Order: sequence, then C-alpha cells, then structure tokens
Amino acid sequence: MIAQAAAETSPGTMLVLVLLSAALTDNILLTRFLGMCPFLSISRQLRSAFGMGLAVIFVTTGTCVLNYLLYVYLLRPLAAYGVPAESLKLILFIVVIAGFVQLMEMLIERISMKLYFSLGIFLPLITVNCAILGASLFMVNHVASKGFGLVQVLLYGFGTGLGWFVAIMLMAGIRHRLKNARIPPALEGAGITLIITGIMAMAFVIFQGMIKI
Amino acid sequence: MPDAPEPITRPGQALLVQFWRENPIFRQVLGICSALAVTNLIFNTALMCAGLIWTTTLSSLTVSVLRDAVPKRVRVMVQVLIIAVYVIVVDIVFRTFFYETHQNIAAYVGLIITNCIVLGRLEAFASKNPPLLSAADGLGAGLGYSLILMCVAAIREVLGFGTVFKNTAWETVVLRGWEPGVYETWWRNWTIMVIPPGAFFVLAIVVWAAKAWALRQEAAAPKEGGS
Repeated sequence: MIAQAAAETSPGTMLVLVLLSAALTDNILLTRFLGMCPFLSISRQLRSAFGMGLAVIFVTTGTCVLNYLLYVYLLRPLAAYGVPAESLKLILFIVVIAGFVQLMEMLIERISMKLYFSLGIFLPLITVNCAILGASLFMVNHVASKGFGLVQVLLYGFGTGLGWFVAIMLMAGIRHRLKNARIPPALEGAGITLIITGIMAMAFVIFQGMIKI
Repeated sequence: MPDAPEPITRPGQALLVQFWRENPIFRQVLGICSALAVTNLIFNTALMCAGLIWTTTLSSLTVSVLRDAVPKRVRVMVQVLIIAVYVIVVDIVFRTFFYETHQNIAAYVGLIITNCIVLGRLEAFASKNPPLLSAADGLGAGLGYSLILMCVAAIREVLGFGTVFKNTAWETVVLRGWEPGVYETWWRNWTIMVIPPGAFFVLAIVVWAAKAWALRQEAAAPKEGGS
C-alpha cells in the first residue's frame, strides 16, 4: 500500500510516509504487540522508560540496516546455490542483533559512564526484545513486497524504534498518574496496563485512514 | 519462581505448577508478544501455540542436558541458538503443511525465538534442573500459555467474524452475520475484535477473570504451606 502511494508521489513524500507509518499507524507495539514484556515491566518509571526507549531506537535502526545488507547481499545470492535463506535468516538476524548489542554496550561503557548508566544498562535486555527481531523480520517482508531500499530501511528501523519509544513514554506517564487510582485487586498490574494499552492502540490505529497505508 | 514454597522434584508437579499456579501469562504476563497479533483467528493461534509448545519443551530438554557443558558467560547466546534451531524446524514444517496460513504468520513464527517465556524458563529452570523435569516444566509453560491464548482467540474470532476456524477446511459459521439484502439476523460482527486493540481488551479481561478466580481460591483455602 505504501508502494501505491509512492507511485503517485515524489520520493521525498514516500520517505516521510515510510517513517510516519512505521512510527504511528503500524506502531510495532500497539498493532503488532511486539516488545510487550519490557513495555509492561519497565513502564513503571519514567526515567527507565526513557532510557529503554532510546536504546530501542538506536538498536532497531542499527540492526535493521545491518540485517538488510546481510540479507540482500549475502543470503539472497546464496539462495541460488540451494541455501535455505528464508530459514537461515532467523539465526543470522538474532546473531547480528546479539553481536550489535554486545558491541554497543562495550563502546558506550568506554565512551561515557554517564551515557552507560542512562542507556547502557538496558542494552543486555534488548537482545531478547521481540520488537528488535520483529523490525528486522517485517523489514524483510517490506523489501520483498514494497521494494524498500537502504534509505527506506534506515527510516523504517528508526521509525519503528521511535514508535516504541513514544508508546512506552506515554504509558509511563499514564502509569505515573495511575498510582493514586483505585483499581480492582485482580486487575492491578498487568490487567489495567493492557486495557490502557488497548485504548492507546485505538488512538493510533485511527490514523491508518489518514496516512494511506 | 524465586519464592517457590517447596523444591519441585516430580515432572508432573513441574508441569502443573507452570500450567496453572505460575501460569506465564496471567501470573507473570510474559511472552504475549509473538502470538497476540494472530489471535483474531483460532487456527493461526493454534498453530502458533503448537510451535511454542514444541519449542519450549524441546529447548528446555536440550538446555538441561547441556547445562554443565556450556560456560556461564556464553550461556544466553547458546540458549538463543538452541531455540532458533527448533523454531526453524517449526518454520519449515508449517511452510510445508500449512502453506497458506504460514504466508500470513511467517514473521510471528520467527519471533518465537525472542519469546520471553521460552528464554525465561530456560534461564530460570532448565539451566539448573535435570532433563525430564525441565521438559515437563517447559511443556507446562507452553500449555498454560496456549490455554489463555486459545481463550482469547475463541472470543475474538467468534465475536469478530462469527465463525470458528475461518479460512480452513473446518470453517463453521456460529453466529450468522448481518448483511443487508442477503440475510438479516440479530447478530452484527464486532469490528473491534478483528483489529489489534481488541486483543488487548480481550486479554485484559481473560487475565482479570483468571486472576480474580485464583485470588478467590487463595482466600478460600487459608495457608496450608504451599500447595
């Protein structure tokens, strides 16, 4: 559907569309339910939500680009020789993500301790954040169906991370206010968070009609 | 989990604890990421659940067998790779036997790798316990997870489409929908159940109900020292 819009519009508009749809209407957390575990556990505090959100933006952007390059220039050519590229990509992507995260953690620790404590401590958790692997897997779908190039993939990765960041920040803010509310005991914690997320998801999904996705 | 009242020694006990008392979804709300998105159709959910049960059982078994051979430092990486191998098997099997459905859920099948339940059980249980016990623990976690998700899927599909097993050979219309000119009944499909927000609401209600019931049971049976 992005492809249709792109055919009628200029390349610049197309890039904006990719970014907006990844961040808002196709929000990876609210429409695809990825990254729910850290979302539910870390959104209790605004500070850590911010750190985690930034780390996710950073890692999705980086790993999407890396995985795109590996997929297009390594796996797809190999598929001609009978290598099961579609299955191998799962292992390849997760290894790339784990390696990238490890590398970033070490780099950040070297560069600045302050940055390490605001962002670095969330990095180990990110390897198993479904949103990161999800972004790469959906990126492959987009490459196949909509012909994403490197720039689009970069924006897609960034937009996906941004969408997750926005969602967790909103949630942390709401939960901060929720501390004074009286909630039925059985609904406390996960239950009420899920309901709030559902209402948030409705607000985001509404935009699907506006950004021709 | 950490404050387990008594050590788990029998496989059957490990299975039951994971299935209900420490149910991964309504007790810990873990691992809903990879499957919640497909819960608007029962068949897709059943496939995802089968994949998850297979992965969590066998990777628990494997990790437990290898638990002394793997150095602590690379533990998580090895666990992820073991999971990835089993998920690839699932991916290939689904691609072969359920091609049409697989086209729609391919990305989510891959995401079983990062499912928090699988890794959580490996880290919390299988890396410290003998193989048979770990396999039972994994199986219990998988079944407990499937129980809740199948409930969610059943509610969403019946209310959202009025059918059971839509898009398969067993498709049955349970609630005949309202269509002007063709047939008109009292029933009108709920669009909200088909779109993503519906999953959040239904899951919240299922978790609420399960937790309320568990709380009431705990209140009714005063302290007996564990279970």
